[in-house]
Amino acid sequence: MKRALPLVGLHVLVALPWLPLGPARLYILHVVILILIWSVVGTAWSLMGRFGLVSLGHGAFLGVGAYTTVLLWNFWGVPPWIGTPLAVAAACFLALVLGYPCFRFRVVGHYFALVTLALGEVIRLLIIAERDWTGGSLGVTLKDAGAGAVNLVALQFADRRVFYFIALGVWLAGLLVWRWVDRSMTRSALEAIGEDETAAASVGIPVTRFKLKITLLSATLTAVGGVLYGQYVTYLDPGTLAGIGVSLRIVFAVVLGGMYTLLGPTVGTALTIALAEYLRVAFGVRFLGMAETIYGLALILIIIFLPAGLYGGLRELWRARPRPLAAATPPVRPA
Amino acid sequence: MLSLQNVSKTFGGFRALLRVSLEVREGEFLGLIGPNGSGKTTLFNCVSGVFPPSEGSVRLRGEAIDGLTPDVICHRGIARTFQIPRPFRKLSILENVALAAHFGHPTRESDAQARARARDVLRLIGLPADPEARPGLLGAAGLKKLELARALATGPALLLADEPLGGLDPEEMRQTADTLRRIRDEMGVTVVWVEHIMATLMRLVDRVVVLDHGEKIAEGSPRAVAEDLRVIEAYLGEKIALE
Ligand SMILES: Nc1ncnc2c1ncn2[C@@H]1O[C@H](COP(=O)(O)OP(=O)(O)OP(=O)(O)O)[C@@H](O)[C@H]1O
Ligand SMILES: [Mg+2]
Repeated sequence: MKRALPLVGLHVLVALPWLPLGPARLYILHVVILILIWSVVGTAWSLMGRFGLVSLGHGAFLGVGAYTTVLLWNFWGVPPWIGTPLAVAAACFLALVLGYPCFRFRVVGHYFALVTLALGEVIRLLIIAERDWTGGSLGVTLKDAGAGAVNLVALQFADRRVFYFIALGVWLAGLLVWRWVDRSMTRSALEAIGEDETAAASVGIPVTRFKLKITLLSATLTAVGGVLYGQYVTYLDPGTLAGIGVSLRIVFAVVLGGMYTLLGPTVGTALTIALAEYLRVAFGVRFLGMAETIYGLALILIIIFLPAGLYGGLRELWRARPRPLAAATPPVRPA
Repeated sequence: MLSLQNVSKTFGGFRALLRVSLEVREGEFLGLIGPNGSGKTTLFNCVSGVFPPSEGSVRLRGEAIDGLTPDVICHRGIARTFQIPRPFRKLSILENVALAAHFGHPTRESDAQARARARDVLRLIGLPADPEARPGLLGAAGLKKLELARALATGPALLLADEPLGGLDPEEMRQTADTLRRIRDEMGVTVVWVEHIMATLMRLVDRVVVLDHGEKIAEGSPRAVAEDLRVIEAYLGEKIALE
């Protein structure tokens, strides 16, 4: 039963493009792709967030990822296959420039959050300032590769389903990374560092190196999310991909779903995107900003009543539910 | 093995350590005593890399270690306990110790090996609590033992124990003091032991160093130190009980 559930879920996800979803089929697929992409980013954020490395500037890595591939393609025709590693390298470089001094000089907690916040804004302002390249605040459109509906070199596909599977694959890879960190000694080490850096160092944990490693991992995954977004949406603008706005939206979604569980960031992302889409469809532009207000309120309630997030908190409640005695005694294992 | 030369530490204008020179011999069981605020913990902090000394040098087997970070110093073979226990509360007792076993040595052993060794260490220290429980469930005495277990799990050549008996009842005190002794005798670990409970310390150690107001005022055999006039003065005229 415990193993069956994820398997069933996976089958449903794989079969989704062929399910009879009615006339809204394409739209639903579109929303699910967006959810998958942003879940990758949320999962990446939680890699750091769960250990007390609260970044309010993940938009920086996202923006660097998206803009690098798109600009390389638009200006020099560099395909995303080469652009992606370069985008990841750029994001990692940025993470290093941010992380090394911060970790070396023990910039932690609120101060770290503020530094990252500034970083996100710097990248956004940089994108706006370099308007000859980036289109400034008007944004930039990914050049159409032409040459038919499916262009493998340019990673552009007319058929949404192809992109759906790419997003699904990257999302699963993101979950695997999260799980791998969760199952390793690295998790205990980072947990220890998050609690007490001096005590952690005194038992031999290289504190700075570990914090850098998890930051690089998080930046990498976030940049990949940015690349996906660029290739799929094919239109980038600094407001959506860098700066405080998007950085906070990532944090909101993860905190809403819960950052201590594998699927927490995904659930949070799905809820926020679904809510935003619902309000957009239901009310159009009449209640612009309504979605933000609602999940702002929801977030306050969640932080107060379910600090482990919606998914994490409900799962805890489910596990702690009173059970009949027979079920509560552990089954005897055959020797 | 460990040698401090003219080590000073100032906080702002306050001098917590003043030109302290000190030799710890290989395999020695050394007691470090002094009234409250005399700089014992500060000395441990300087040696273990929590902060560098303001002046002077610290050498381990001839190699300078002052200015290195705590993780590197731990890998060189120095472990320390904290006077006020600093357990990782989100991890289980076993994970606390396994983490030290895993990361304490530059060539890291596998998860399973680290866990196995952590269990051995917990048994040696005599922490009877469920190893899967969180340290939050331990009382003051249990937390002190966890400190000792975690330090020991890093596989040190030199152990700096900062008041491991504080808050223990007489029976636990006897046990833990005995454990310290065995760590030296059976595992060959050099031990520097800070304690206010003089009678127990004096009975077990080979040699005693006394700090007062950041200065070393005496060193020698327990008996000689107990009779030293400067030491008696530092302890406000109270004569140190030996038994
Ligand atoms: N990080 C610090 N910043 C400022 N002052 C400090 C710091 N650490 C220690 N001190 C001061 O240095 C002096 C020596 O402190 P230390 O903790 O080394 O004493 P101690 O001998 O361990 O005392 P106790 O027996 O009470 O543990 C004290 O006056 C203390 O207030
Ligand atoms: Mg002290």
